[in-house]
Amino acid sequence: MIEELIGLLGRASVLVEREDLIPYSFDATAALRHAPRVVVFPKTAAEVSGVLKLARRHRAPVVARGSGTGLSGGSVPVEGAVVLCLVKMDRLVELDARNFTLRAQAGVLTQAIYDAADAAGLFYPPDPGSMRVSTIGGNVAENSGGLRGLKYGVTRDYVMGLEVVLADGEICRLGSKCVKDVAGYSLKDLFVGSEGTLGIVTEVLLRLLPRPAARQTLLATYSRMDAAAETVSAIIAEGIVPCTLEFLDSRTIRCVEDYAHVGLPVDAEALLLVEADGHPAAVADDAARIRALCERNGATSVRLAADSAEASRLSTARRSAFSALARMRPTTILEDATVPRSELARMIRFIQETGARHRLEIATFGHFGDGNLHPTFLTDERDADEMRRVEAAMKEIFAHALSLGGTITGEHGVGLAKKAFLRQQFGDASYGLLKSVKRALDPDNLLNPGKIFDP
Amino acid sequence: MTKTPSLLRSLDYSVLQQCMHCGLCLPTCPTYLETGYERHSPRGRISLMRAIADGELEVTPAFAGEMAYCLGCLACTTACPAGVDYGTLFEAARAEAERSGATAGAVRSLVRLLTLRFLLFRPWALRLAGRLLWFYEAVGLRRLLRGSGIFAVLPRRIGELESQAFSIRRHFSDAIIAQIERPRGEIRHRVAVLTGCIQDIAFSDVNRATVDVLIANGCEVETPRAQSCCGSLHVHNGDLETARALARRQLDALDPAAYDAIISNSAGCGSHLKRYGHLLADEPAYASKAAAWSSKVRDISEWLVEIGFRPPAPPRSGATPVAVTYHEACHLCHGQKITSQPREILRSIPGVEFRECPEATMCCGSAGVYSITQPVTATWLRDRKLGHLRSTQAAIVATANPGCQLHILKGLKNQEDEQRPSPRVVHPIVLLAEAYRAQD
Repeated sequence: MIEELIGLLGRASVLVEREDLIPYSFDATAALRHAPRVVVFPKTAAEVSGVLKLARRHRAPVVARGSGTGLSGGSVPVEGAVVLCLVKMDRLVELDARNFTLRAQAGVLTQAIYDAADAAGLFYPPDPGSMRVSTIGGNVAENSGGLRGLKYGVTRDYVMGLEVVLADGEICRLGSKCVKDVAGYSLKDLFVGSEGTLGIVTEVLLRLLPRPAARQTLLATYSRMDAAAETVSAIIAEGIVPCTLEFLDSRTIRCVEDYAHVGLPVDAEALLLVEADGHPAAVADDAARIRALCERNGATSVRLAADSAEASRLSTARRSAFSALARMRPTTILEDATVPRSELARMIRFIQETGARHRLEIATFGHFGDGNLHPTFLTDERDADEMRRVEAAMKEIFAHALSLGGTITGEHGVGLAKKAFLRQQFGDASYGLLKSVKRALDPDNLLNPGKIFDP
Repeated sequence: MTKTPSLLRSLDYSVLQQCMHCGLCLPTCPTYLETGYERHSPRGRISLMRAIADGELEVTPAFAGEMAYCLGCLACTTACPAGVDYGTLFEAARAEAERSGATAGAVRSLVRLLTLRFLLFRPWALRLAGRLLWFYEAVGLRRLLRGSGIFAVLPRRIGELESQAFSIRRHFSDAIIAQIERPRGEIRHRVAVLTGCIQDIAFSDVNRATVDVLIANGCEVETPRAQSCCGSLHVHNGDLETARALARRQLDALDPAAYDAIISNSAGCGSHLKRYGHLLADEPAYASKAAAWSSKVRDISEWLVEIGFRPPAPPRSGATPVAVTYHEACHLCHGQKITSQPREILRSIPGVEFRECPEATMCCGSAGVYSITQPVTATWLRDRKLGHLRSTQAAIVATANPGCQLHILKGLKNQEDEQRPSPRVVHPIVLLAEAYRAQD
C-alpha cells in the first residue's frame, strides 16, 4: 500500500519513518496517543479520492487531520491508520464580495480566513481558541465554537456549502451561494461536526458578515458568583445581545493574576468580561446599560475600556486564563460541559463541590453567554490514583450537566474523550440513528473508526 | 566511550510533560513554516525527545539531524501558553545527539574541536585568528584570491566558508576601552561590561558605544582584559562540558558581588549568561555564585531603562530626520523577553522616526553557526527578513546581536548590484552613543 501511495502522491507527500510518525500520534488532547502507519499529504480532492479508494482496497482505516489542535482526540490515529493530513490544501479559492461568501480549501488556517474577510471589510465570526493554528476543515469537522457564540453562533452557522470525498472515493458538492436553498436534504449539515467519520471535507463555502463598525469592552468583578449569574440573566432579559460574555471563577482569577499581573482583585469570587459590537451609537448605548446592570446586580467594580488599547488589556485577563492554568500542574485537561444559560450558576457550584469532594483542583472559566463552560482539571497523568479521581469527577459533572438539560460537549466534539458518555445523552433510539447514518455512508467502517461511538 | 545515562532520560520529566501539544507554537516556528511537517515543529521535536526519554526511540541520526535543523530561536517559548522550557530541552537534546555519536563524522569532529574547544576556548587564539583574518583582508589577499577564481576550484565547502568570513575591526575592544572608565559627575552605579567574542573582533565599536552610554548615565565601568567566551555557542551545539568550564572561568575572573550589574550587549551571549545559575546548579562550589551572577546580568538596553537613562537632547543645529526599523534578535525577544526597551531607546533619539517591520520577531537565519551548518534554510529566512526590512523603507536597521548584524549585512551585500541603496545596519546602542556625542 505504501508503494502505491507514493506512486499516487509522490515520495515527499508520504511519511513512513518512525521519527516522522511519532509527531503525528496525538492532537491537543491530554493523555491520548497512538502512532499511525503512514501520513499522507494530498493537494487536491482528486488525490484525496485516490487515497480513499486505495485505503478501501487494503481495508486500511483513514483518519483525517488538519493542524491537530482538537481537544477530544478526534484526529488521534487508530491502529494501522493512514493519516490524511490536509494542511497542504491551503488555497483560498475565492472571496465573493457581492455575495459575502468565501471559498477555501480545507487546509486554510482559520486566522487566514478571518484576515482575508477583514481585508475586504467583512467579518468571519467563529473564533475558536486555536484559530491562529487550526484549519477551516478541522473547524467544520468539529463544528468549532469560540468566544462569540452568544451573538454569532458557531461554525455550522457559516457553512453554506462543502466539497466532500465519500468513503468510496466519490467527490460530492453540497450547498450553494444562495441564502435560500431548500433543494433536497441539507446534506452539508450532515458533515458539519461529523469528526471525519462520514467523509473528508476538502473545500468549504463560507458565509461572511459586514464588519461591525465599533466595539466596546467592559470588565466587572463580583464577590458572589450568583451576582454574576444574575447580571448575565439581567443583560439578556433587557434584550441586549453582547458579542462575548465571558466568565472566570475565583481559582482562575487567582491564577491569572499570579501569571499576568493585570490588577484583578484576587479575593473576587467571579469576573465577567463583556464585549458589545455593532453600530457605534448602539454599542455606546449597550455599554452604558450593561454597566448599570452590573452595578445594580452587585458588581464590586466595573471598568469600561477607554480605548482599544485598554480593551485589549482588559481582555488579556480572559485570554490568558488557559495559559495561566496550564502552568500550574503537569497535565491540564480542558473540558467543555455545557448547560442552558439559566442553569449556569447551579452548574458552576456543582463543579466546585465535585472538585472538593474528589480532592481535585478544578478551575472553571468559559462562555457565560452561551452556557459553554470549561471546567479545567489541573492534574498529573502519571499519578494513577489522581487520574481515577479525575475520571470519577468527570462522570459526575457530565451526568449533572445532562440532568440540567445540557450536553457533554459544547464545542470540542466527542472523539475518543467523550465517547463513553454519548449514549447517556442520546438515549437508545437516537444513538441507533447515529449508527444507521454511519453504516449508510461508510459501510466498511474505515473513516475514523471508533470515534464518537463504536459501531 | 563510557556509558553515561541519557541526558533526556535523566531530565526532570515534568519539563517534557509540561508540553500539552496544543500546537500554538506551530505558526511561530520557522522550520515548520518551511516544510509543514510536524517533526519540524516544536511540539513534534518535544514528542521525539519524550519518545527517547520513555525508551520508545533510540537517538538516531534522523533525531540528531532534526535537532540540528532546529534554529534554537525560542520563538516557540514566547507562543507557548504552558511555559514549556524549550531552551533546556533543546540543549539537552543537542548534547544527547552529540554524546550518542549519532552525528559523528571525521571532518565535523575536527571542525568542532578547532572551533568550540580551541578558538572559542582560548581568548588569545580567537584574537590571533581575528588578527590574521584582518590581515588577509587588509593587504588585499582576499580580493586577490576571490578574483583568482581559486574558490571555484577548491572543494565547494571551503568556498562557502570563505564567503562567511566577516570583516574584522582593526582595533579590538581592549585597545579602545580602558579597564576602568568613570563618569564625569557622580558615580551612581558600578558595572562590568562583557565584550563577547564576535562583538570584540567584528564590532568593537559596539563595545566602545556601550561604555560611552554607560558613563554618560553615571556608571563606573570596568571592562576586564582578555575575556573568555561565555559558552553560548557551546551549549547550543551540544557541548555542555566545555560550556561549564567556560562559565566557571568567567566566575573565577569576575566576582558578581563587586558590581550592580554585569552588562552584555550581545543578545545571544546575554541570554546564555543569564542561565549560568541553571548551568552550574549541580556544582556545589559554584552554584550560589552562578545564581548571583545570573541575577546581575543585564542586557544594555534593559539596564539603561531600569536606571532611567537620560534621553539625548537634540543637537543645536537641529536633528536630521531618519527612518529607523528594528529587527529583534531571537535571544533578546524570545530568550530574554526584552522587546520594549530597545524601542524605547530608539524612540528617545532626536530625529528618529521609528517604523515597525513585519515579522520583527522572526529569526533572520543567523542563529549562531546555523548559517554555516544549514545554509539553505538560513538563506531562505534571511531573504524573507530582508524583504520585510526593505518594505519599511527605513535608512537604518537596528539590531542588538552581532550574529544577526553580520548575517543581514551579508544578505544586503549580495543584493548590492540591484540598484537600491542598502540600509545601514547598526546596534541601537551605537545610535544612542552617536546622539549623545552630537549634543555635546
